[in-house]
Amino acid sequence: MIDSGDTAWVLIATALVIMMTPALGLFYAGLVRSKNTLNTFMMCIAALAVATVMWVVIGYSLAFDDGNGFIGGLGHVFLKDVAFEPRDGSTIPHLLFMAFQASFCILTVALVSGAVVERMRFAPFLVFAALWSVLVYAVLAHWVFGGGWLQEAGTLDFAGGVPVEMGSGFSALAAALVVRARKDYGRQALLPHNSVYVLLGAGLLWFGWFGFNGGSGLGAGESSVLAFTNTLLTPAATLVVWFALDLIRGRQVTAIGAATAIIVGCVGITPAAGFISPGWALALGAVAALPSYGVIVWRPRTRVDETLDVLAAHGVAGLTGILFIGFFAQESWNGVADGLFYGDAGQLAKQALAVAVTPAYAFLATFVILRVIGLVMPLRATEREESLGMDIVQHGEEAYATGEGAILVAHDGAAEDERAVAEPV
Amino acid sequence: MKLVIGIVRPEKANDVLESLYRAEVRGVSMSRVQGHGGELERVETYRGTTVKMGLSEKVRFEVAVSEEFVQTTIDALCEGARTGEVGDGKIFVVPLERAVRIRTGETDQSAVTPVGA
Repeated sequence: MIDSGDTAWVLIATALVIMMTPALGLFYAGLVRSKNTLNTFMMCIAALAVATVMWVVIGYSLAFDDGNGFIGGLGHVFLKDVAFEPRDGSTIPHLLFMAFQASFCILTVALVSGAVVERMRFAPFLVFAALWSVLVYAVLAHWVFGGGWLQEAGTLDFAGGVPVEMGSGFSALAAALVVRARKDYGRQALLPHNSVYVLLGAGLLWFGWFGFNGGSGLGAGESSVLAFTNTLLTPAATLVVWFALDLIRGRQVTAIGAATAIIVGCVGITPAAGFISPGWALALGAVAALPSYGVIVWRPRTRVDETLDVLAAHGVAGLTGILFIGFFAQESWNGVADGLFYGDAGQLAKQALAVAVTPAYAFLATFVILRVIGLVMPLRATEREESLGMDIVQHGEEAYATGEGAILVAHDGAAEDERAVAEPV
Repeated sequence: MKLVIGIVRPEKANDVLESLYRAEVRGVSMSRVQGHGGELERVETYRGTTVKMGLSEKVRFEVAVSEEFVQTTIDALCEGARTGEVGDGKIFVVPLERAVRIRTGETDQSAVTPVGA
């Protein structure tokens, strides 16, 4: 039975999540050097293109059609039998459910790009995005959302701690290892070129996350209200703790740190949003800051150029959130299950199962996918191209072109039609 | 005293700084400039408008040195900036009439000698 209120909210929530992908593009683009701005942003736009098409063609079916515990069936290939009739137990049209889940797949593919920006070529990234969205995202989504074995085992994941956060984070680690470090990594300071983009991107991501978590109740009911509110509380607590950590470590509160904290908080609450009380959501925000902060401080000292710290911000924070459910889930709030703290130690074991298996699958599958693509085409730009910047090399454009001294090329290519733009006749 | 001006590729600017540092040449200014020196033109396209970029981004180093440091500076600039492709840039050496260190009022030779050298 379709409920118009539920449908209206999930329609809006879907649009909010779709906005998160360009918001992530802005966040990532600000974190790279100016000569790679467009390429970095374009990897997120590429996810909108490739992941959407793959989702409609086969990804949705493999994630949400009945199949076995590992992967779904082929009953919904090309959206076969996906129309207005709701799925069992749902109050929104099946087609809308598909679109809402598609927006998650798109964002997750875009997240992984953070590990390989500033040196991976655009063409192999498109191939990677297509394969990864099906072979990793759809599989993990089936495990926890589509009736797969983790869902059967009783693992709780409200809005994607398994497929989105741990899936992207540990895939990012594998991608960084296969594509290898940027040529200047560890030799030169590689600094964010526009911190305002980073803050604005983080802010827009937070805004979109209200649809991401708030929409994951697939309606406008109590669990959605709880998830929505917790999405405000947790990142706020993470910000406060991050400020404190920054003060202790460097005596100054940093803007890039604040932007990172917003992401870490949003990620931490993602799996737990509809399962824990608002009080525990605040506590989760504080707790989630610690391991992610630690990894962000430690990672740049290694040879692993996981460039934009997807592992720390998404993998580790998502893992924290998944485990947190096992301790502090509360049936009086969620109507589903209690955690260890409220009398059910078994729930913690179910959460730990997801934490043990998801990173391993995401890491191995991504590693193999990229190695195979690498056999067919070079994954990386040459050193010379890398120093010129990926914007000019891959796209023939610059983010901050002045146009000074640019000469118009006539469409027939005749030399006498060329004149400098700066000197109009 | 000479003023050594090196105009180099922006992507080689860090290598130049490194090689100047290794050659113990201290006291450098750098600025971003645009110029044209016969390099192959880069073509860019924006929504159907195709343009040849007539001017390329360059970085201009200026180093004021005493006579015995001129060759060292030139060598360091060449080492850091050379790729072997058209567009590596130019070095100009021009005579320097006077130099003053603002903080102390020292002039000429002592003004271009780094503190502590």
